[in-house]
Amino acid sequence: MNIVVCVKRVPDTETKIKIGGEGTKIDPAGVEFIISPFDEFAVEEAIRIKEKLGKGEITILSLGPAEAQTIMRKAYAMGADKGTHLNDATECQDTLAEAQALAAALKGMQFDLLLFGKQAVDYDNGAVGVQVAKLLNLPVVTRIIKLDVADGKATVERESDMGKEIVEVKLPAAFTAEKGLNEPRYPKLMDIMKAKKKPLEEKPAQLDAPKLSIVKMDYPPARPPGKIVGEGEEAVPALVNLLKNEAKAL
Amino acid sequence: MNFDFTEEQKSMMEVGRDFAEKEILPTQKEDEKEHHFRKETFKKMAELGFFGCVIPEKYGGNETGHLCAALLTEEIGRVSASWTLPFNMQMWGPAFTILNYGNEEQKEKYIPALVNGDVVGAFAITEPNSGSDVASMGTSATETDDGYILNGQKMWISNAQTADVSLVYAYTDKAKKHKGISCFLVDMKNNPGIKTAAIETKLGLFCAPTGEIAFEEAKIPKSALLGQKGDGFKICMWQLNNTRLGCAARGVGIARGCHEHAIKYALERTQFGQPIAEFEMIQDQLALMYVEYEAARLLVLKAAYEKDQGNIGNTLSVSTAKYYAAEAAVNASGLAMKIFGSYGYSSEYPVERFFRDAKSLQTVEGTSNIQKVIIARAILSK
Repeated sequence: MNIVVCVKRVPDTETKIKIGGEGTKIDPAGVEFIISPFDEFAVEEAIRIKEKLGKGEITILSLGPAEAQTIMRKAYAMGADKGTHLNDATECQDTLAEAQALAAALKGMQFDLLLFGKQAVDYDNGAVGVQVAKLLNLPVVTRIIKLDVADGKATVERESDMGKEIVEVKLPAAFTAEKGLNEPRYPKLMDIMKAKKKPLEEKPAQLDAPKLSIVKMDYPPARPPGKIVGEGEEAVPALVNLLKNEAKAL
Repeated sequence: MNFDFTEEQKSMMEVGRDFAEKEILPTQKEDEKEHHFRKETFKKMAELGFFGCVIPEKYGGNETGHLCAALLTEEIGRVSASWTLPFNMQMWGPAFTILNYGNEEQKEKYIPALVNGDVVGAFAITEPNSGSDVASMGTSATETDDGYILNGQKMWISNAQTADVSLVYAYTDKAKKHKGISCFLVDMKNNPGIKTAAIETKLGLFCAPTGEIAFEEAKIPKSALLGQKGDGFKICMWQLNNTRLGCAARGVGIARGCHEHAIKYALERTQFGQPIAEFEMIQDQLALMYVEYEAARLLVLKAAYEKDQGNIGNTLSVSTAKYYAAEAAVNASGLAMKIFGSYGYSSEYPVERFFRDAKSLQTVEGTSNIQKVIIARAILSK
């Protein structure tokens, strides 16, 4: 079983984001970067499948700046075997161009499972996994919370507002991981040391000219100050009124 | 001189930080209240390799080094001082000492099991009437045809009641004074001559067991002797020079935890219409905490680095780091309590716990006064 997991380097979710790049990019100064948490679920799932089957190889594929190799090494420390870094110093924001570059690299790889996070937590587009699957003409199951593999097919669970779905899909196929799929492991110290010795191939990303770019980013509006509507039972009608008509919470 | 951490060291710090926040913090209040040593947390730390930093792969370690171990201790100590104790109880204390002084049989029997958490370790030096003056200990080991018989009492021993194996220091020849002390590797369970009792009356470190051990005609085999007869005092001083690094790193963790909590609180707490962080006297306190934390950390990292370079006997650096980190932790927790005001006095917030835990550092493994004695002797003899 060969598994490829695509991972993206994103700002730590606990980082306070600052806008840079003339208002069009996240300012990386002073920011800690991590594997996008949904991608981490995908890495963990790949490792669990390999451990369960007792065989297979896990390849990490990441498109991003030179520093993306740091988060690839983290995936290695968790248990991935090797990887390819598609170097992109331009910080491309066009998901289709990124998907095309990833798909071009994937065409040269043999795999049964292609895993993504359901979205990267930087720009939250949630597009690349599906776009890559389309470009490779692969079936794709999104937002999965359970994945079992046997006899050349995968049985997958996904949840939506409608309820739970159980999907069967023939391999090779692509999947995007949702929270709840698993709880990623902590890398062992020994595996952190071994990670630096695992093979990592670096190639320039074959990016077409982007057809999309962010022209302006803004911070979310400041939260309005709290309001005290009164005290005790007498305040209830006013509170209900505000919850209904202002906060639209009821 | 390079102050940058390697990518691997950064990854290890991240593991320590995540572990503390996800595995220790969620049950901390409950565990502190119940004085609960959570064995599964201990096992998870072992599985990740936390206790194998200074141990060769051959004995189950990962050889990531003293610096890595100090960084991990800081990350854990930032959340829980109690949970930094196992670094000393498993690794810097018993395992590393056996690695240096043990024979091959002892190394194979004990080190992998201490590193992987199958056995809980301890070391027993202090007695009711013997603290800083180690050579005044009363515990004796009388040699017989097939082993030794231990008699005596040890006090304030971390893991006394939970340990499977302990380094025990005892006199084999009282007439030789400190040169008559020997060190033994004692299997603590299933020995009718060994009784332990928990000490519940301590001020802090509630999730780290502490107790007393009574040896009453406790028979141990000849193979329990670590090193040569009479090596005990030397081994003890050597061991303390390693476990003190763990204490110092614990102090850095406490100082950092206090500092981080104090900054957050000072920015959130509003008085007189503005966050209290705007007041210069609060800024003075925060600045002092930061300076002492940074200084303590650099002293600890220097001492750890020297050990990684092969200078294990770096007494001056270790005692300097231990003294300063202990004082910095106590100062930081005191200042944090002031900044938190009444909330600092409440067990609803973590700073009173840091305050109680920090005080132990001025006593354990050589008091602050003893560290100053060591420092003064070293600098005067230069």
